[in-house]
Amino acid sequence: MKNYDVVQHLRGESLFLDDFNLIEGTLFLSVFASPIPHGKIVKLDYEEALNLPGIKGIITYKDIPGENQIGGIVQDEELLAKDLVHFIGHPIAIVVADKPSTGKKALKKIKLEIEKLPVITDPREAFEKNELIIPPREFTIGSTEAAWKDCDLIVEGKAESGGQEHLYLETQSSYSFPVEGGGIKTISSTQGPTAVQRGISKVLGIPMHKIEVDVLRLGGGFGGKEDQATAWAVMTALAAYIYKKPAKLVLSRQEDIRLTGKRHPYSSDYKIGLTREGKILAYEVTFYQNAGAAADLSPAILDRTLFHATNSYFIPNVKATAYSCRTNLPPNTAFRGFGGPQGMFVIESAIYKAAEKLGVPVAVLQKKNLLKENDEFPFGQKAKYCNAIKCFSSAIEKFNFDRLTSEVHAFNNANKFVKKGIAAMPICFGISFTNTMLNQASSLVHVYTDGSISVSTAAIEMGQGVNMKIRQVAASIFSISVNKVKSETTNTTRNANTSATAASSAADLNGNATELACKNILERLKRVAAKELNTEEIDSIELRNEFVHLKGEKTSITWERLISLAYTQRVNLSSHAHYATPGIHFNNKTNKGEPFAYHVYGTGLVQVKLDCLRGIYEIESVKVVHDFGKSINEIIDKGQAEGAIMQGLGWMTLEEVAHSKEGKLLSDTLSTYKVPDLHFTPKEIKVEFMENPAESLAVFNSKAIGEPPFMYGIGVFFALMNSVKAFRPGKEFKFSAPLTPEKILLMLYS
Amino acid sequence: MDNPVHFICNDIEIKTDYSRSAVLLDFLRKEQRLTGTKEGCREGDCGACTVIIGELNGNKVKYKTVNSCLLPLESVEGKHVVTIEGLNREGLNPIQQAFADEGAVQCGFCTPGFIISLTAYLLSNSVPKLDSALDKLAGNLCRCTGHASIIRAVERIVESYTDDSMPIDIPSLVSRKIIPEYFLSINRRLESINEYLKKEKKKTKDYVVSGGTDIFVQKQDDIYTSDVELLTADKNEDKIFVINDRCFVSAFTTVTEIMNSEIMNGIIPGLKESLQLFGSEQIRNRATLGGNIVNASPIADLTNIFLALNAKLHLERGTKKREMFLHDFYLGYKTLDKSPEEILMQVSFSLPPSGVLFNYEKVSKRMHLDIASVNSSFYVEVENNIIKTIRISAGGVAPIPLYLKNVSEFLTSKEINNKNLLQAVKIADEEISPISDVRGSVKYKRLLLRQLIFCHFIKLFLDKIKAEELL
Repeated sequence: MKNYDVVQHLRGESLFLDDFNLIEGTLFLSVFASPIPHGKIVKLDYEEALNLPGIKGIITYKDIPGENQIGGIVQDEELLAKDLVHFIGHPIAIVVADKPSTGKKALKKIKLEIEKLPVITDPREAFEKNELIIPPREFTIGSTEAAWKDCDLIVEGKAESGGQEHLYLETQSSYSFPVEGGGIKTISSTQGPTAVQRGISKVLGIPMHKIEVDVLRLGGGFGGKEDQATAWAVMTALAAYIYKKPAKLVLSRQEDIRLTGKRHPYSSDYKIGLTREGKILAYEVTFYQNAGAAADLSPAILDRTLFHATNSYFIPNVKATAYSCRTNLPPNTAFRGFGGPQGMFVIESAIYKAAEKLGVPVAVLQKKNLLKENDEFPFGQKAKYCNAIKCFSSAIEKFNFDRLTSEVHAFNNANKFVKKGIAAMPICFGISFTNTMLNQASSLVHVYTDGSISVSTAAIEMGQGVNMKIRQVAASIFSISVNKVKSETTNTTRNANTSATAASSAADLNGNATELACKNILERLKRVAAKELNTEEIDSIELRNEFVHLKGEKTSITWERLISLAYTQRVNLSSHAHYATPGIHFNNKTNKGEPFAYHVYGTGLVQVKLDCLRGIYEIESVKVVHDFGKSINEIIDKGQAEGAIMQGLGWMTLEEVAHSKEGKLLSDTLSTYKVPDLHFTPKEIKVEFMENPAESLAVFNSKAIGEPPFMYGIGVFFALMNSVKAFRPGKEFKFSAPLTPEKILLMLYS
Repeated sequence: MDNPVHFICNDIEIKTDYSRSAVLLDFLRKEQRLTGTKEGCREGDCGACTVIIGELNGNKVKYKTVNSCLLPLESVEGKHVVTIEGLNREGLNPIQQAFADEGAVQCGFCTPGFIISLTAYLLSNSVPKLDSALDKLAGNLCRCTGHASIIRAVERIVESYTDDSMPIDIPSLVSRKIIPEYFLSINRRLESINEYLKKEKKKTKDYVVSGGTDIFVQKQDDIYTSDVELLTADKNEDKIFVINDRCFVSAFTTVTEIMNSEIMNGIIPGLKESLQLFGSEQIRNRATLGGNIVNASPIADLTNIFLALNAKLHLERGTKKREMFLHDFYLGYKTLDKSPEEILMQVSFSLPPSGVLFNYEKVSKRMHLDIASVNSSFYVEVENNIIKTIRISAGGVAPIPLYLKNVSEFLTSKEINNKNLLQAVKIADEEISPISDVRGSVKYKRLLLRQLIFCHFIKLFLDKIKAEELL
């Protein structure tokens, strides 16, 4: 079924925050930020800037009525730096102007005296200096110590993966208005409206009920607007509160890239032990996460790295340790996969190297160690409805991996300067927020007297089609056309205490809540229909295709008539329902529990062609068998899968977040940070739905789709390694992503 | 209104005194509230702000895409500007429908730009083909879909033309409902506007702008409030022509015009394919040869090619004229042998004798719409396996667009063999002075130039060298 929300997009009529008509008197904000990565503010002189015509004021920490604090998990992030700055781009002051251009001019007139302090950009250096965001985390199962002696082969190594800029096409933006009684209404491009509401409440020192946060839609989020939309929203609320006028802030692309955090770079050490037959007995891994200067979501991301440290494999003895290392970069944050990809990259590197030492194909090792039903993860949960082997075998057979492999060999034998490579990438991704508390949602459903329906939930529409899925849920419960259902903006006054739209869970949680709310109304409607049809057997009443049916027979009562009857009889046509994922729990002292409602599985095959003269390459194909569950909307889910795969491919290849040694971001424009474009898209991209999906806890037995397919992209790294090795057989290379053309050429000729 | 900008926006005639040097994007979004055109990067790298510009050419209107974020408002004087709002009819048109059917839309922010680019492609009067359609869309970025569904939607549109002998012109596009009916009368309306256009223009100027694709990125904060003089070629003159074995190219020739020039493609086989790697369709439609040369970027693509052609520059300052070789033009990083008042008017080069071979190599992180890490052009004439004339240029390896003088001199009169080639790359390595930056480390750029020089020979003279022994 098509996503009807797209009609407006295609006509350019959908409104994004910067498209709203301006309200008279609107003030525009510009952010004055630290030019150095670490320092002590000696003097801030903004007199000259303040005197420019059109400047209404300059806000510093001194003007904050409440607390100068926006940290989420850890209270370690000032909204506006007081004494110390910890990264380039650390906000210090907000210029409030009558026009955006006036504000920009004023920024250049602000003088800052600052004393430089030592700078750390490398997570291992931060670890050495004990600069940790939270105490170390460790997941264990069995005993690696005891297991090493049973291993025939032990391989050790290091693996590194880089950062990644979200590059949502709509930059961070917010618009706040003062409302009567000293309250604030904020429109924000955020994935977490309650986080914004809480942030404003804390900084302004006013109760949450005085703040209304409203979100229409986002021009992309990918995790970048989960926690990091908050600062900008709070700034506009602060200005609106102080000056009693509407205040707006839209970051320019360059500001957005410079001031916001990215996917966390990781540097990791691994040790893997196997039997001669290729059974993995033990795995030790240490992750050094580059968290940036403040906690942000890093602790939760660190945990997800541990949850996915063994990817789709069963390993009986595991010790996984993780350090969240404080550096002088902007705080890194959520990005599709949330630490999972970083963990999976290391185990795949370890298996690749082990296969090389054993002299067996990587895919053979992968297959031999895939999870089976009831296998235990290092955190105590058992794999249920486990589709790891099913997806892997299906991909290998369906796409004829063996034939492809021999074709690649034949091609490589026939070509001197062009080499191909192919790799398989199985994935396993746990669904639920790993912080159990967050797995709740609410839905408010109104049926109006004309039969049209409005649904309000916590889900934020950011291109993933969640609004459409929720409309489908409501339409399906009432058996009416989806066109009768409208998804409303996400609003903290209609839905309180929302969890961010994140962890691939928005459709699951909010869809389930919507199902409950609709069923409440449906029950009442059935009673109305039963009365009208003079029957006491409520269960014999059914709504089907916009008509009331009695014992399977269509009656003359239409949907509209039924609603009209209900209203006349003073029956409640609204319902608010709350959903909490059942059965999940996790003890973060013992690090054991059942944190996930279910897992998503799949396997992807990636094939590349490398120009060995120039070091440039083409991704020829990506072919995937993915466990979608019973998809609610195949077009949307396929689009999510393809989009996630491309972001994964980008992370492993082109997308290089480059910093100077001094912590200055070098790739801070679209001309220096390259993401996959239309020509980079593989000629062949096939996403097949796994056959016969099992039951799941997701809404209507579907499965979460946002993040899992991202990890297929990791396959391109190993496909490229294979193509390099075809040109330079026998050489060993570092596992360091992304594999840019520069790294490849240096591997080919160093 | 003292000197208004006069043009047609969608089907409405507009006369505005909005700043002439402001960019079209701001005028559309802020003044007209046409918010379907989006701001994604303000540097011509995402395509969310793409609009179609129609210009009278005889009695027909010629349409092309541009990035409205880099286009001074003044430059749409007497032209037709088409935004997504100007394409909408009842419901969805066939292009929009194809995107909907293929699920080629997610967050929707980039979507209008894609629809605009594909519509402009169909307006370009050629039989739609998938490859060329995708080239025209390569300046549009989508971060959500990964482009696969967009490619399928384009395929759908292209396929709808295969068994169709209908001409591809404005009336046929109107009857196919791809563009609205008002397009039929735009030529007449533009004719009447152009008749009354004030010809005299203010000559006070803070900036002299040709295509503007670089200066509007570099100077974005102050150019909008400055006086800008737009340089354009005289409409009635040919921009590329040959006199007495010499080819003359107007400095105001756009990259698109060079790409499509029969003369230029005759001289340099494969030029069109090479220039596909220059910017995007939107950028190529605005960026000019003169801008590329005067901007003095060390990795400028056209400059690199013209260095190997041993081009001469024709500069003018009022009535004073001066000529010089392109390879003498650069004194240091972004420093030119040119006074601020001098304008580069023309570039010329001798027509290569028959038998000359040419090759162009460019490696960038991303193949398309990216700036080279290193590029190199190669001009060679060989007789009996002896190099008669050779000119090699290299970009990205020095503060200026570099002509590899020492390498070229060394190879002249030499035999093509491994020994000479290995010596040549050694000389090249001494002749260059790359720096480490976001486009690559010194080590990489040195290695890459060596590889690209090898590539010139491997591509053209594989039979004369033992390629494997070089690597």
